Amino acid sequence: MKNLKNQKKEVQGNIAGFESMGLVDGPGVRFVVFLQGCPLRCAYCHNPEMWNAREEKFLTTPQELVEKIKRYQPYFKGEGGVTISGGEPLMQAEFVTEVFKLCKAEGIHTCLDTSGCGEATDELLDNTDLVILDVKELDENRYESLVAQKMDKFNAFLAKCQEKHKNMWLRQVIVPNYNDSKESVLKLKNFAKNLQNIQKIELLPYHDMAKKKYKQLGIAYRLQDVPAMDKAKCQELERLLK
Amino acid sequence: MKTKTQNIEVDAWEGFKGSTWKDNIDVSNFILENFKEYRGDDSFLADISPKTAKVLARVESLLAKEAKTGLLDVETKAVSGINTFKAGFIDKKNEVVFGLQTDKPLKRIVNLYGGTRMAEKALEAYKRKLDPSIGKHFVEFRKTHNDGVFDAYTPEIRKARSAGLITGLPDAYGRGRIIGDYRRVALYGIDRLIEEKKKDQLGIDVSSEENIRLREEVSEQIKALGEVKKMAQGYGFDISKPATCAREAFQWLYFAYLASVKENNGAAMSLGRTSTFLDIFVERDLAKGLLTEAEAQELVDQFIIKLRLVRHLRTPEYDEIYAGDPTWVTESVAGMANDKKSLVTKNSFRYLHSLVNLKPSPEPNLTVLWSEKLPANFKKFCAKISILTDAIQYEGDEVMRPIYGNDYAIACCVSAMQVGKQMQFFGARCNLAKALLYSLNGGVDEKSGKQVVDGLAKCTDKTLSFDKVWKNYQKTLDKVAATYVDAMNIIHFMHDKYAYEREQMALHDTKVERLMAFGAAGFSVVADSLSAIKFAKVKPVRNEQDIITDFEVEGDFPKYGNDDDRVDKLAVEVAEFFFGCLKKHKLYRDAKHTLSLLTITSNVMYGKKTGSTPDGRKSGEPFAPGANPMHNRDCSGALCSLNSVAKIPYCGCCQDGISNTFSIVPEGLGHDEKSRINNLVNILDGYFAQHAQHLNVNVLNRELLIDAMNNPWKYPNLTIRVSGYAVNFNRLSKAHQQEVIARTFHENR
Repeated sequence: MKNLKNQKKEVQGNIAGFESMGLVDGPGVRFVVFLQGCPLRCAYCHNPEMWNAREEKFLTTPQELVEKIKRYQPYFKGEGGVTISGGEPLMQAEFVTEVFKLCKAEGIHTCLDTSGCGEATDELLDNTDLVILDVKELDENRYESLVAQKMDKFNAFLAKCQEKHKNMWLRQVIVPNYNDSKESVLKLKNFAKNLQNIQKIELLPYHDMAKKKYKQLGIAYRLQDVPAMDKAKCQELERLLK
Repeated sequence: MKTKTQNIEVDAWEGFKGSTWKDNIDVSNFILENFKEYRGDDSFLADISPKTAKVLARVESLLAKEAKTGLLDVETKAVSGINTFKAGFIDKKNEVVFGLQTDKPLKRIVNLYGGTRMAEKALEAYKRKLDPSIGKHFVEFRKTHNDGVFDAYTPEIRKARSAGLITGLPDAYGRGRIIGDYRRVALYGIDRLIEEKKKDQLGIDVSSEENIRLREEVSEQIKALGEVKKMAQGYGFDISKPATCAREAFQWLYFAYLASVKENNGAAMSLGRTSTFLDIFVERDLAKGLLTEAEAQELVDQFIIKLRLVRHLRTPEYDEIYAGDPTWVTESVAGMANDKKSLVTKNSFRYLHSLVNLKPSPEPNLTVLWSEKLPANFKKFCAKISILTDAIQYEGDEVMRPIYGNDYAIACCVSAMQVGKQMQFFGARCNLAKALLYSLNGGVDEKSGKQVVDGLAKCTDKTLSFDKVWKNYQKTLDKVAATYVDAMNIIHFMHDKYAYEREQMALHDTKVERLMAFGAAGFSVVADSLSAIKFAKVKPVRNEQDIITDFEVEGDFPKYGNDDDRVDKLAVEVAEFFFGCLKKHKLYRDAKHTLSLLTITSNVMYGKKTGSTPDGRKSGEPFAPGANPMHNRDCSGALCSLNSVAKIPYCGCCQDGISNTFSIVPEGLGHDEKSRINNLVNILDGYFAQHAQHLNVNVLNRELLIDAMNNPWKYPNLTIRVSGYAVNFNRLSKAHQQEVIARTFHENR
């Protein structure tokens, strides 16, 4: 750490984990980086261990990380690339910007997997090929109770992406008896219709596999009695979007 | 004489281009001159034909009966041979490719040339008895391969063998892993092959023992070829001349293969590389309007049904090592002809499509020779079939083609050889993890307390020092390698002498190149153990006899399978060092040394026989299969794991194959079917682009396997890939099923 201080103020990333074979977070085969820290407290969050931004997990410089990512270039094949997820990557926007800049220089496709709750500079978005935006909820009141944050940052981020004509995928977690109705999904479809450059909308079935983690961390689990979302039913709902 | 032969061949060869292959036995040249690459998609494929459906129904009912008892029938009154049995049929009027190993489907053969003990034990297990008049010949009047081997074995070999340091050696059964070029019979007919062999024999002088042996062998080969012709006559076919149409080409080729599995009971009796060769005959008939696509698929499906019925008589102990009654009828599909053109034909599709028409099955062991440059449509089709059936394995054409050319095939799981030009002396494997324990215990076995290897110092340290351990391990490997080579030289000398594969060798060039395939098990255990000793603190725990039987590990250490060079380099060093030790020794018949990292399913048995290891694995726990990282130690996702395995050098070191098995849950592979197919193609491209050699792909749920373990009746066709081959999950022992379930599944978050 001391050494790093003496260096020219290089930004460091606080990383929660990696997935070298990410096949569901963007197009193709992707190296997924999970950043530590998130401002939201979504009821269904399955990574509560990534909430605390001050908890130092694995510190790395953009160069070090990109060296690691490059090891997986043979699998990208012009389609895949890197996805930075979290946590909320926008909490470490400066680090993400540096990583994406280096990736672009190497010809690696970059994808930002975000809830939109944070500041994105022009420089960051200019180096982002694809934004996967998690649309938690469309109703402002329900949004607040679901994620324990106000919706304005999300709205601002989306507006900026639109203004900069960013390619986007939308995502929503589908929770039984919460948003698993046709009406709810059609509302999302309608919302997307009024946006530009939406390439894909994915519905993710809620799963309850994180219960154990909450118990270990001593955090109350808000969806204690909610069953996992039926995958087949979720696929059916997804067909409404086509 | 010559002109007469040529006239008949002119008709059979009508429309085929090229001349080199006409003047010499050169199937590879025939293929290159005549094959038609197919770059289209799978939309042309035909469904199962009514005839095939009837044959399949009959076969399925027989297989269900066999599954109940493990053995349907066995002939106890006759010994293996090309013409021991009269013609056999499944459903004569619906069959389009004929021939069975015996007179009835799934009836097994007793082969006594390898040794009588194995056969008798196997029969006993199924409550059968060999007719005394038969056994007598092999006890009173002639010697077996097994007798010969044990007459020559040294005390060191015997000790290493019974301790489980070197096991699975083909010293009591057929060595297998020899691929006859069965295509030759279809292309040239038996008479021409005999004529060529006779010419070859004239050219062998009697100046050396080797030449005298070869002259005798060629005579045996010629006799065997005559017997194949006779066998075919029994089914009403004259195969003395080349096949004149696709139907005959399939039939001739199959007869040649059939003779080999009548005569031999080798561990792996692989088929070779037949699909593109046969496609040339199919294309000619399609063009002439003699055959429809439905009929072409019918030929493929029925040929494949026949391959699924191959059986050998095995003992329960054998099945413990190689679970699921495998025969390794490995067929190599696709690959590149050169840097630009692939060897993919419509028949490559048809072969894989048989897994849909006939439902998944472990045999034949369909092996796709993968290259990034294969046609995109074919790659997608492979991925689709993999996702659907889990029955395909992939091997890197770009790493093998530079060594073997474009007409090699895989024997068994991962062993490449030029078809008809190279053969292998199979050598099972050495337990590298046990050897590591011997290097600490002064050559004393950690389980039995017996002295197995002499001349090694005992480790007396309280904490293991990497430099000391590594030095002693090198010394141990050097000694083990010497014993291993001795065993192999003896085994193959005796096998040639007492159980020579006449018919298979008749379908090789007379001057054949021999590869001697050594193997290693426990590879990832050793890599992680050395890493633990180097990067963490490892304290040995000794028992009352002062033998180290356990280890305490303090602190963390890099683990093989995480793309971490610190430990991956150690893994590479172990493979290279051991190969170097083997290479110091001269081999029987000037064979070339090769090495494999392949365990098949024996990783469970090896683990059972090996004490606790410094990586934290406890006594009796299974090893990882082949070159796979240990279960659940790869923690940054599957590509890290693939990258680690891809670092193990194939060329110049592990040239007999580096086996890797990869399991993933379907949702982990992508959001929808299209992306799953694309992603699997990209993974295969990325892995093989790094000069990796082998990948088994399973796309399935852990929950499904658990359900299948508890309710086998629900999954009669559940086929999964284990180290280098596929098995029907229900035929695995409980221990193997649990080991497969425990394996790392890549799920994605």
